[in-house]
Amino acid sequence: MPNEAEMRLRERLSKLGGMKLLRGTKLSGELARLQDQLDQLQADPTAEEIWQSVELARHPDRPYTLDYVERIFDDFFELHGDRGRADDPALVTGLGKLDDQTVVLIGHQKGRDLKQRANRNFGMAYPEGYRKAMRAMALAGRHGFPLVTMVDTPGAYPGVAAEQHGQGGAIARSQAAMVRLDVPTVACVIGEGGSGGAIAIAVADRVVMQENAIYSVISPEGCAAILWRDAGEARKAAAAFKPDAAHCLELGVVDAIVAEPLGGAHADPDAASALLEQAILAAFEEIEALEPDERRRRRRAKYRVMGVLASS
Amino acid sequence: MSSGQGGVDVEVESKRPDEPSQGKAHPNTCPSCGSHYRDDELAQTLRVCPQCGHHFRVGARARIEQLVDPGSFVEGDTDLRSADPLEFFDLRPYTERLAEAEIETGLGDAIVCGAGAIEDEACDLAVMDFAFMGGSMGSVVGEKFVRSCERATENRVPLVSVSASGGARMQEGILALMQLPKTICAIDELHESGGAMLSVLTHPTTGGVLASFASLGDVVLAEPGALMSFAGPRVVSQTTREKLPDDFGRAESNFRYGHLDAIVPRTELRATLGQLLRLFART
Repeated sequence: MPNEAEMRLRERLSKLGGMKLLRGTKLSGELARLQDQLDQLQADPTAEEIWQSVELARHPDRPYTLDYVERIFDDFFELHGDRGRADDPALVTGLGKLDDQTVVLIGHQKGRDLKQRANRNFGMAYPEGYRKAMRAMALAGRHGFPLVTMVDTPGAYPGVAAEQHGQGGAIARSQAAMVRLDVPTVACVIGEGGSGGAIAIAVADRVVMQENAIYSVISPEGCAAILWRDAGEARKAAAAFKPDAAHCLELGVVDAIVAEPLGGAHADPDAASALLEQAILAAFEEIEALEPDERRRRRRAKYRVMGVLASS
Repeated sequence: MSSGQGGVDVEVESKRPDEPSQGKAHPNTCPSCGSHYRDDELAQTLRVCPQCGHHFRVGARARIEQLVDPGSFVEGDTDLRSADPLEFFDLRPYTERLAEAEIETGLGDAIVCGAGAIEDEACDLAVMDFAFMGGSMGSVVGEKFVRSCERATENRVPLVSVSASGGARMQEGILALMQLPKTICAIDELHESGGAMLSVLTHPTTGGVLASFASLGDVVLAEPGALMSFAGPRVVSQTTREKLPDDFGRAESNFRYGHLDAIVPRTELRATLGQLLRLFART
């Protein structure tokens, strides 16, 4: 199983070696970091390293979607509202220029201080947020704009109103909309890829994941509360279900790992943005030349084979 | 959720819905009115309480028998079993839980799929069983559902899905989450070929199954009283400290909010599916 992942990393390594530096971004470190990743991949991440990812993914200073947007996109214009009943601040949508091409951006948004955090509901979207996302996807499809999504949520909001407004159905339909899109799509897991709330905007031609991001079916605390009957056993739970980037790459869930500056993305947000932008551009380069039908066919084929089976 | 990271949003295997009296009570004692029945009495009423109309849980094989024309069902993909890609170990190894579930239920995993006919209308069926690890969806449930979609596409017949699930199976980690887009892609292909999907939600259909194929039927039906919420009542009340409405997440509440086409009592389910299959029949 690791062989395929290794192959893909090696492929990226060889491509990076020949890549010209764009706009003076600091790429020099990435080659070395990817080489590190390769070594790490060969040596499975330890429980300690996995927990370190969980902590870095949730670090209070970690760059959020709008921190990347202001560094990566030019002329960004935010689009508000689901055209039905509300504007959900936990999920932002907008238009911007990426390398002179207009793209649509959809991303979860967490707040920095106490007030913002409450306003953004800790990045936990209501169905209204996912309906706003679907509206932005439709716009992308209508105008042929490529789509970039940024995933950073502990999960979709579990509340009474959220259920009444159809949280499960909204997440299902948002994924279905992404499956059907004619335009190239790249999803970036930049912090917490929390379960259904994350996958709702992460069904894409290429999925890239930052080195210290996590992506999982349930939060470590939630898993621990159920299987260990003690939320305090979150470390053990995380070690068991392995939400770290190396395992996600190995299992074929993400297509590439995006290096972060030493110490994590928060240590140098500018460098982290440059690396993320590079990864997004590289991902688009792989898929933008395909015919729309062929791209959709490949997108579906990619998800068709996800999972591991045995026969009795 | 002690750390305030509160987003447990895919309900899981060991989470049971609120059924206060079912803890110690005999499985054939009605949790709503306390009436008690023999197995054969309940089987005769399709496991609906004759006194109060409570819908008892139905396993996948019994459900299929209730729905299809006698002798018409041909089960597919009986040899698929879960692997253990994460070598998952909590208090017990995942492989042990799987083996135990198979012995208890006689099923290979939490879904039974195959070709059949309802009121002479050919269809494919994908029927879940809550008794197998809480009807949780891992790689096998996803794969069998997808193959059911593919058979329906190939045979140019509609797909009837009957769900009963606590959500994604956390023992398969991120691969369990990937079954959401995987099943959704299969429905997209079915729809693209002109095929229809009828989705029946039974108690309970929550988490990752509600957030994927169960919500995407061309027609979505539910049994009376079925819990169909993304997050379960316990998670919602713990996270939000809100007082939950009495019918929180139930089919009746979902119908009022516009998430369902109809609530269909079990005694009418076969006839309703027959009617819909005739309406979607391709000539």
